[in-house]
Amino acid sequence: MLELRDVSRRVSGVDHLSGISIRLERGALNVLLGPTRAGKTSLIRLMAGLDRPSAGSVLFDGQDVTGRPVSKRNVAMVYQQFVNYPGWTVRENIASPLKVRGTAPAEIEREVKRAADLLRLRELLDRRPAELSGGQQQRVAIARALVKKAGLILLDEPLANLDYKLREDLRAELPRLFADSAAVVVYATTEPAEALLLDGVTVAMHEGKVVQAGPTQSLYREPQDLATARIFSDPPINTIPAAAAANPARFAGATTLAVRAHHIRLQPRSASPDVYVTQVESIEINGSESFVRLDVRGQHWVMLARGIHAFAPGTSLTVYVEPEDVMQFDAAGQAIRPRREAA
Amino acid sequence: MKPVNQKAWLLVAPVLLLVAISAIIPLMTVVNYSVQYVGSTGRFSWVGDEWYREVLHDEKFWNALWRNLVFSGLILAIQIPLGVLIALNMPRKGWGVPACLVLMALPLLIPWYVVGMIWQMFGRVDIGLMGVMLRDFGYNYEGDPMDAWFTLILMDVWHWTSLVALLAYAGLVSIPDAYYQAARIDGASKWSVFRYIQLPRMARVLTIAILLRFMDSFMIFTEPFAVIAGGDPVFLSTELKQTVELGKKAAMSIIYFLIILALCWVFYAVMTRNDGEPGAADQKQTKGGGA
Repeated sequence: MLELRDVSRRVSGVDHLSGISIRLERGALNVLLGPTRAGKTSLIRLMAGLDRPSAGSVLFDGQDVTGRPVSKRNVAMVYQQFVNYPGWTVRENIASPLKVRGTAPAEIEREVKRAADLLRLRELLDRRPAELSGGQQQRVAIARALVKKAGLILLDEPLANLDYKLREDLRAELPRLFADSAAVVVYATTEPAEALLLDGVTVAMHEGKVVQAGPTQSLYREPQDLATARIFSDPPINTIPAAAAANPARFAGATTLAVRAHHIRLQPRSASPDVYVTQVESIEINGSESFVRLDVRGQHWVMLARGIHAFAPGTSLTVYVEPEDVMQFDAAGQAIRPRREAA
Repeated sequence: MKPVNQKAWLLVAPVLLLVAISAIIPLMTVVNYSVQYVGSTGRFSWVGDEWYREVLHDEKFWNALWRNLVFSGLILAIQIPLGVLIALNMPRKGWGVPACLVLMALPLLIPWYVVGMIWQMFGRVDIGLMGVMLRDFGYNYEGDPMDAWFTLILMDVWHWTSLVALLAYAGLVSIPDAYYQAARIDGASKWSVFRYIQLPRMARVLTIAILLRFMDSFMIFTEPFAVIAGGDPVFLSTELKQTVELGKKAAMSIIYFLIILALCWVFYAVMTRNDGEPGAADQKQTKGGGA
């Protein structure tokens, strides 16, 4: 188990991380989710021991490892760039952490084979990284991290540099790959969809702080505050001041209402939805879905509608929002849990 | 059989024309001279391989070739490691970067003949700074071919090491930070980082540096001509300049050209034998590393 206690890091007067306290368990995929510059990489470097926290402590399995140099920590890391030793073959690359440790050649051979099978690199063992595609290079890097049998495996946006199709393939395999490693696995990403697919535990980060941590599904469904809701929405979550809502009486006590793009509908679902008359600003079609940008009483919303629609910009469009899809936040941005029975 | 579309010739014609004018025609003219005797009246007569045989039996030619090879060898042995060493120690950020780059570029901006003149002055035992300092050790480049040789090596190192350093530096800065982090995580020593990360990632620019430095040093002419006015030690180029007969000159030129071509090919083949073709999806982030 990896535990951070009130960890912060200041670099030349700028807070990169402040007051972070989290516990990450073995066996679960721990996702750090947040936009660029949220502090994900800084936090990962701290966890690895590449940087020292300015305050607070890092504990691994109950042992204080703050300030212990990275080379003594048994950490494995996979980067956004595909980092492999350029002069070595795939086989030598995968074997490198074991060689450093002085593992017996027969066991190295066995471990390399096992990792190569797991990552479908069997045919490529004698090639050099430069002869591989980006996806294959990243597989080699992941294989290297796996054979190291590190207590902590850190993946810093490992799929960001891959093209779309390769990303999907590798993403689907990741939970399986790390399922039976006994390590604490930490995976940083900017994409909410990635966090949802990997499931496990999500730590939502914003401006160097942890805004919420917990099981991924509950973070997605019931964000504690507006910041988490924003981080965990792609396309961006739609907001409107409660006073400007179609039916303000329903949301008494709330300051801001938020609703996800796919919860804005062209047809009502219940007998009493909130009805908004909007202006179409623009529309983007990706083949099976349409992203419709709407002007709703001065707010800019995005509606995700199934199928292809041809709404001309400037025309007016009536959309429906079901009250149970609406998230409510108070003036401080904290979530107000609706009591369904009472509504 | 499929009919061949002869129009394709039309499309490659401009390239053929360009190559013909810029390379093939001049080269063939020289080849033509090298197998003829040109009389004083401008009359050509066929002599076959006579000029070649004369050149290849000429001791002066072999001495010059030997001097050239040793010169280039020494130049590479000094400039490549020195350039890499300088590049490794150049700053990576801050105001030091532009300062270093400008300083390193300065020698490269000086015309070759001027470099020769500078060193001719510099080495003079009566007024030159280096000459006066080394005078007591018996240094005199005008009298001693070895001293002249030493001066030329020093001059070339001064003139061109920064090119190697700049190329190596370009290779170094293209290595993403993640590689160094990964090395730290693996507990790699400074030497391992150099041997397994920096050197392989610099390999391509160093190949270019070695080729450029080899060709330039092998063809050196301007500077020795300026420093020692074509006297001893004689290089192939200065020997060529002193040769009078057009046919012999041409034959020498062809031999000289073939030597450079062959050596470059050997260098290139040896240095790139381990290179795979660059991956189709080579890293988006690390462009330049492989370029």
